[in-house]
Amino acid sequence: MFTSNAFAAVSGSLPAGFMQWYVGLMIVAVAAGTLWDIVHKGSAAYFFANWRRSRERGTHSPGSGEMVSLAVETALVEVATSAEFCNPKRRLAHLLTMYGFLLFYGMTAVMVYGYPTPATPTPGIVPLLWGVGGLMVCAGGYWFWFFIRVDVAAEGHSPLRLMKADLFILSLLASATLGLAWAASGGGAGVLFGLYLLASAVLFVGVPWSKFAHMFFKPAAAFEKKMAKANGTAENLPTQTRDDPEQQKRHSMELLRDAPMDMGLGIKREAPRHY
Amino acid sequence: MPTFVYMTRCDGCGHCVDICPSDIMHIDPTYRRAYNIEPNMCWECYSCVKACPQHAIDVRGYADFAPLGHSVRVDRDERKGTIAWRVKFRNGTEKNFLSPITTKPWGTAIPKLADVPAPSPEMRASQLLYNEPKWIRLDEGGLRTLKDAGLRLKKGVYY
Repeated sequence: MFTSNAFAAVSGSLPAGFMQWYVGLMIVAVAAGTLWDIVHKGSAAYFFANWRRSRERGTHSPGSGEMVSLAVETALVEVATSAEFCNPKRRLAHLLTMYGFLLFYGMTAVMVYGYPTPATPTPGIVPLLWGVGGLMVCAGGYWFWFFIRVDVAAEGHSPLRLMKADLFILSLLASATLGLAWAASGGGAGVLFGLYLLASAVLFVGVPWSKFAHMFFKPAAAFEKKMAKANGTAENLPTQTRDDPEQQKRHSMELLRDAPMDMGLGIKREAPRHY
Repeated sequence: MPTFVYMTRCDGCGHCVDICPSDIMHIDPTYRRAYNIEPNMCWECYSCVKACPQHAIDVRGYADFAPLGHSVRVDRDERKGTIAWRVKFRNGTEKNFLSPITTKPWGTAIPKLADVPAPSPEMRASQLLYNEPKWIRLDEGGLRTLKDAGLRLKKGVYY
């Protein structure tokens, strides 16, 4: 099904350079929307003020090598594997949607800019990855939307109740679903193609009103958290742990002297769904 | 002061909503982050603060042990079976506490009540709870009282 470049096939029915112009506009919309979001919410001002305060109060000043290793750790752990999620279902759904998003829109850009017309034949792997990415977005996104979302799983609301907070996930799902449906129905500049472009425009132009920009904010927040731990402030959280041999000598740790280091899960054995 | 949520840390998992004894921690319908819907009904029990896996909830400590300008933060580490407190006072003094919250792996010390003989009518009529005589060592003698210990209750406040 996803063996040919549907964007190249539709290029004949559209004005020259239309898709390149559209994708470029969407990239500009994301950049502008994110910058506007940062200024409007004051998140950059808050981030750097917090950063300065943490550095001033820190007992240890991490060097540039340590900062690079923390940045790499953030990229590998928090970003690449979504390790901040405690709930494995949410984590899996997020991984599916995230990697699906990267494949789907990354391959869109490759097809639109690299192989714009049937004159430049597209390698079969590119549309295939585009299709796989779209299916991953749909799998993770619909799983999240119908079953995992806190409103549905915990608050007991109908999965069909729509709110402003749903703008990101709904426009993403609409874009991926309509894109796949358009390609599966043979492409062409028809109604499905128009709806696909419209849903994608809502996704990318709606950045200031949706949680799209979390993909930029979250890694920054995770890195800041690691830096605070490295400089000793740890956001004022306790830093003493039982695995430190010095702490094991404490009088208060006497009862745990022979206890295993991993006591298993306590209240986290059950997912929070009793409210 | 009641609990408040750091929005950049909360991921809306719902553990605080689940554990709050006053049912006042809710998920914001717009931002999908937890918040205290009724701060004046919060009795600062710290349940949500300890249950939060992201350390996203904070509360100002009680004024009787930590005056304004301080920080009291807690880490309830279930895997290690400990709870750690870090209290920072405004004059820079810092206190760290580390205590056990269990001595056996979770779920391994559940009393097998089905194997215990049923309580007698006298035990049912008694004000003592299950196993209470054993654990407060009542079986070594009667209830400990001030009189037994040679003490006397004095009226008024004294130190």
